[in-house]
Amino acid sequence: MSENNFEPIKKVSIIISRGSLDGVYPGLIMANGARMEGIETTLFFTFFGLDAIINKRMDKIKVATVGNPGMHMPTFLGAIPGMSAFATSMMKKEMEKLDIPPIREFIEMVSDAGAKLYGCKASVEMFHLTKKDFCSQVDEIISVGKFYEISAGAQIIFT
Amino acid sequence: MSTIQIAGKTLELDTDGNIVNISDWDENVANEFAKIEGIEKLTERHWLVIDFMRKAFQEKGDSPSIRRLTKESGISTKELYELFPQGPAKKAAKIAGLPKPKGCI
Repeated sequence: MSENNFEPIKKVSIIISRGSLDGVYPGLIMANGARMEGIETTLFFTFFGLDAIINKRMDKIKVATVGNPGMHMPTFLGAIPGMSAFATSMMKKEMEKLDIPPIREFIEMVSDAGAKLYGCKASVEMFHLTKKDFCSQVDEIISVGKFYEISAGAQIIFT
Repeated sequence: MSTIQIAGKTLELDTDGNIVNISDWDENVANEFAKIEGIEKLTERHWLVIDFMRKAFQEKGDSPSIRRLTKESGISTKELYELFPQGPAKKAAKIAGLPKPKGCI
């Protein structure tokens, strides 16, 4: 039962534009949560966000420890070799406790849950990638125009 | 707080429309709630999910996450969404006589 008189959200399109762990997870959690509520869900990966669906990269995504004020550490500390790997392993442990899966498993889960996954054509061309570079859950590589077409009637969320 | 007349009983409901008193629940209640949720007949596979959710709730005090549900019950994510279309965790919890799951995953 809703707490107000507004129409419930029926459809969302979530854009994932960053390739760090902290850049990828929020979008995946929002997408999975949307499917759990029965909301029709589209995920659009663009720019470095593509790393989350590139077969060779998706298992190596790390927390950004430099230029990330949320880490609460001075930039020079974040730049120490191994710092990003350390922060990543700490965060992965915490996420596992909350039942948040690793990225590859998460992508499989949202896809099985019925979310549609798309890669951004402009980014794919810029990075000289082909459909073969992506995990099997990616439905299609589409243009921005096609993305808007698919998103008709949806709330668009940029992350 | 509202009530519902179901399976010959008057049951108290919370603001999400889920049963307040877990002890009010029985198989007939589950069948009736399933019909309300658009599931005409609960199959053996539905019951596997329902029983797992009730067991997990008794142990942890909250419904299991979809990930735990699929990993431990042996029902795949795809099948779970087929069994309980339009929001499996929420629907299965309602049919199982549990509150709406609190978790995000």
